[in-house]
Amino acid sequence: MSDLTKLSLTDALDGLASKQFSSREITDAFLAAIDRANPHLNAYVAVTHEKARAMADASDARRAQGRAGRLDGAPLGIKDLFCTEGVRSAACSAILGEFTPTYESTVTANLWAEGAVMLGKLNMDEFAMGSSNETSCFGNVINPWRSAGGNAQLTPGGSSGGSAAATSADLCLAATATDTGGSIRQPAAFTGTVGIKPTYGRCSRWGIVAFASSLDQAGPIGKTVTDAALMLSVMAGHDPKDSTSLPVQTPDFVAAVGRSVKGLKIGVPKEYRVDGMPAEIDALWEKGIAQLKDAGCEIVPISLPHTKYALPTYYIIAPAEASSNLARYDGMRYGARKVGKDLTETYEATRASGFGKEVQRRILIGTYVLSAGYYDAYYLRAQKVRARIAEDFTKAFTQCDAILTPTAPSSAFALGEKAGDPVQMYLNDIFTVTTNLAGLPGISVPAGLDANGLPLGLQVIGRALDEETVFAVAGALEKAAGFSAKAQAWW
Amino acid sequence: MAIDENTVRRVAHLARLALPEARVAPMAAELNGILAWIEQLNEVDIEGVAPMTSAVATPLPMREDVVTEGGDARKVLANAPKSEDGFFVVPKVVE
Repeated sequence: MSDLTKLSLTDALDGLASKQFSSREITDAFLAAIDRANPHLNAYVAVTHEKARAMADASDARRAQGRAGRLDGAPLGIKDLFCTEGVRSAACSAILGEFTPTYESTVTANLWAEGAVMLGKLNMDEFAMGSSNETSCFGNVINPWRSAGGNAQLTPGGSSGGSAAATSADLCLAATATDTGGSIRQPAAFTGTVGIKPTYGRCSRWGIVAFASSLDQAGPIGKTVTDAALMLSVMAGHDPKDSTSLPVQTPDFVAAVGRSVKGLKIGVPKEYRVDGMPAEIDALWEKGIAQLKDAGCEIVPISLPHTKYALPTYYIIAPAEASSNLARYDGMRYGARKVGKDLTETYEATRASGFGKEVQRRILIGTYVLSAGYYDAYYLRAQKVRARIAEDFTKAFTQCDAILTPTAPSSAFALGEKAGDPVQMYLNDIFTVTTNLAGLPGISVPAGLDANGLPLGLQVIGRALDEETVFAVAGALEKAAGFSAKAQAWW
Repeated sequence: MAIDENTVRRVAHLARLALPEARVAPMAAELNGILAWIEQLNEVDIEGVAPMTSAVATPLPMREDVVTEGGDARKVLANAPKSEDGFFVVPKVVE
């Protein structure tokens, strides 16, 4: 048998179903690959060897009895933001220490109910705050991709940097991830993988460590559009334990991938042609437009006039919600406690030593914009601009069925390159953050390589709850691009 | 609206974050950099716009007011830095 870790999720499930190999065999192949690669890539912050083997053996037993689920025996990686029962879930923050949940997040429970196998927990930016995976308390993730002829260490993007790097380097069949401002789609673009943030409310947030509750959504990162569709089909679904989880049926996303896109209207927003964007990304976008035209789509120029205000809006709303959500980390009920001379000093010392620099910065901004005298000028104004941004999309979707944009304004950059300037780092999410504010689904599909041989992605945005059209368009782009490049293994 | 050093100290205290004196001035500069960039929101016409408070306009569901899960102190305390006899142990609050 050739290297099982190179298979797509879909092909691996076919191989398991036709008994070409067992779940135990493919799980052991992944564990061996992780043990070899992880000292170099740092994609996993915990590898659950014993649990993975036990889950794989249980899967093989189920399959032998003819009771296999939709993902039975498929080894997956789980972002450290998801609470997993009995396995440390620290959101890659020192303040959670060795926090070991006594419960399972709804999304991961859905995966296990269909037979999936957990390989371990994946690295990420602390509390999902970052665009380069440089804020994790467990250290940077290294992108498996390198510039042609160079050996500088590149970022895999963030915050789901571990999920993207592990999927790209064949250290899992697919991974869970989360996206508050672009944290699924930008890492997918930087690693040549597929990542979708579904409609807000499609996946339950129960058991996922909260960052900004009105923006956070879970979604998968996979090797192909079909793999992402299958993962999302299992992850999604109504959950009474999350009051913002939508009481709707989950469609057959896999069937949607092959659907014809003939006659679909594809919007191209002029405001996404930003100053300083590399010509290669513009060219890739044009190529995507031409490919969809060839597939029978009609291209419609559209306007999303409030696009440039999306990031500043996000950097009020997200820190405000984060400052409130992160108030719970006080060293009383979980995590490491630093004792001061009284209760207030204990709180202050615990939080100052447990939270990293970027998290502290965002808590301070959030506290400031919510404080008396500034609430109206910042927070209330941002909520109103958010309404304007959502309205832009509502108007655009009267003219088109989906929107095509680049995913990120650059390819993967060097670790450390943007760490000194928060605003430069925030600009990474310029094309992705709008859909979080509006609650819409967005997918990143690998579409080509830049002159340095690094992957670039295109983003397809759809109407709320219309992931099916998003998958159909993404499938058409994937087929036309024929992207098959892989990072050359140096690890 | 520039943030001065006293405001940084006040906000850090509100957020219960001990900020070493040496970090106050650099933090004020960092926050002012971010806020200066955010100022562009003042250009947007928001006259008559209702604030968007949720990503999807859907009413919050109601459910029966009954106990669903709970009653397991052992699980609740499993990660406590300090606990005793089924309680969290915290520093003295009232003198």
